[in-house]
Amino acid sequence: MNLRRLLLILTPYAWLLLFFLIPFVIVMKIALSDYAISIPPYTPTFDISAGWDGLKEFLSGLDVENFTFLATDALYVTAYLSSLKIALISTVLTLLVAYPIAYGMAQASEEWRPTLMMLVILPFWTSFLIRVYSWIGILSNEGFLNQFLLWTGIINEPLAIMNTQNAVYIGIVYSYLPFMILPIYAALEKLDGSLIEAAEDLGCSKASAFWLVTFPLSIPGVIAGCFLVFIPALGEFVIPSLLGGSDTLMIGKVLYEEFFSNRDWPVASAVAVVLLLILIVPIVLFQRNEQKQREANQ
Amino acid sequence: MQMAQPGTRPVFAPWSDPAEKPLIQFRNVTKKFGDFVAIDNITVDIFRREFFALLGPSGCGKTTLMRMLAGFEAPTSGTILLDGVDIAPVPPNKRPVNMMFQSYALFPHLSVWDNIAFGLRRSDMPKEQIPARVEEMLRLVRLEKFAKRRPHQISGGQRQRVALARSLAKAPKLLLLDEPLGALDKKLRQDTQFELMDIQEKTGTTFVIVTHDQEEAMTVASRVAVMDHGKMIQIDTPDRIYETPNSVYVADFIGDVNIIEGTVADVAGGKVSISWAEGQPALIGTAPEGIAKGARVHYAIRPEKVAIATQPPSDRANVIEGTVHDIAYLGNISTYKVELPGGRMMKAQVANDRRIARRDITWDDKVWLSFTDTAGIVLLK
Repeated sequence: MNLRRLLLILTPYAWLLLFFLIPFVIVMKIALSDYAISIPPYTPTFDISAGWDGLKEFLSGLDVENFTFLATDALYVTAYLSSLKIALISTVLTLLVAYPIAYGMAQASEEWRPTLMMLVILPFWTSFLIRVYSWIGILSNEGFLNQFLLWTGIINEPLAIMNTQNAVYIGIVYSYLPFMILPIYAALEKLDGSLIEAAEDLGCSKASAFWLVTFPLSIPGVIAGCFLVFIPALGEFVIPSLLGGSDTLMIGKVLYEEFFSNRDWPVASAVAVVLLLILIVPIVLFQRNEQKQREANQ
Repeated sequence: MQMAQPGTRPVFAPWSDPAEKPLIQFRNVTKKFGDFVAIDNITVDIFRREFFALLGPSGCGKTTLMRMLAGFEAPTSGTILLDGVDIAPVPPNKRPVNMMFQSYALFPHLSVWDNIAFGLRRSDMPKEQIPARVEEMLRLVRLEKFAKRRPHQISGGQRQRVALARSLAKAPKLLLLDEPLGALDKKLRQDTQFELMDIQEKTGTTFVIVTHDQEEAMTVASRVAVMDHGKMIQIDTPDRIYETPNSVYVADFIGDVNIIEGTVADVAGGKVSISWAEGQPALIGTAPEGIAKGARVHYAIRPEKVAIATQPPSDRANVIEGTVHDIAYLGNISTYKVELPGGRMMKAQVANDRRIARRDITWDDKVWLSFTDTAGIVLLK
């Protein structure tokens, strides 16, 4: 093997080693440590000057206590399950909102498509945090939405949306909408229009042509979009902590509390490791979907 | 003008039988896209069991005409009748018409079997009869072994046959074929042309084919409509389109042709003499109707009807002297490009019935081109 090829292959591995594997090993190590009132707030710490005996002592100080603790305390299990539920529901909601938008974009005339695409991407030009903050201004009791609804007379007293689960759903759907729209749009846009005409020619109404041809052919885009929303939504922290109330239990928020309020780094690390393990399943499925897509296109 | 060749005239000619009712009638159909006139006041009848070809360059309106039959476009004015019924208000999915798309438009997520069954499942055919019909279609296009494959797992020629089977499955009154063989290579295309004709005969379906390939139209069609700028210039059987084109456009579009412009010098006894170049004897041809002395006309003659010889022939009405400028050797035939006095070129085509080594004409030879007075045609437009 020549040097160039070696370099080409080594680069991604070096990248993974540096930015994924080493940080993961550090987090894993902390997760196996014990809480201590010290700096850093865990024990044992690895001391290279102590030599071989020091290493042995260091290894014997590690245990899986924190992981068993996660399993025994109902808070964590509930938080994981509730995160899964919220991520799942908001993925479905995002899909329901995104599909018609993507479909409309794909149906729009050629000259309008770049503009529409731009409009979908435009929110990325503003900080994510600011965009989530601004929803407080819309959803709160004195917010724009309630004021508007009161003004039109549809409601008599403000709707309590802020600090509820619904606000979290709204926040997630809004924030991750582009990640759902873009892959679906990509799938719909490359759809050959003559397929729809062929379906109609063979006796389909417009609606059945959609369900029998357009939708099945856009499924890879739907799957990709769902993963792109589900994976980050599962570990979401900003949206539930800004928009959600005290009843919204999400693992991202628990992790934050554990780390910054409790300063229990070992437990926080264990929470993070388990979250990662949970995410591996959908990530692998996502990769397989992408792979299948690539093969089908060849 | 009647061609004296009763032996080759097809027996199938419903268009010349006044008692025959046409399947499709276009009546003064015009289609505009904005200011662009795609179809310009077309009136034509297409009969049952016909293989009707729409032939023309891209943008001549042939595809628009076909899409109006399928129901994807509505005429701006005029009516289209199918079996005597105006089809304008009938949506594509309710028409007894099926179309084979240029891209084939096979559903990539369905197997060959399911593609063919697609239309049948939307029809009122009882569910238990569908498998038998699909099998029948698979046999017709000889794809029984490929029923379970997806479209991307079969070759281009096989895909073309799946598309054909799918569009024939519902036994439509009319099958539309949009450049059906465009994506195939030449050899496969020729084989498939005969297969298409075979299937058309077997199923008895009326076929309307759109093509820009004149050879394809000539091979498969019972009648050919040559189109240009939204108009049908000539509608006739392939042999008559070729032998008796009604205009320079048709003569030039179909096959190879020599076109000589000249002035009518004399009309007498059904013959016309055309003076076409100074110092050259006038061309003698058969006089078309309504020709008058002094008119500007075009004389069109096919290269294969021009004989080439090293000695002046004595028995031909028209003899022109020239020198060989170029020879194109095509294997079975050779085309001689002969320079006439005054720089004009004329092509003569000769079958290579002798080995090329024994060919007695070569570059820069003095030759005589000759043809009879009935070989060419005098065109007024």
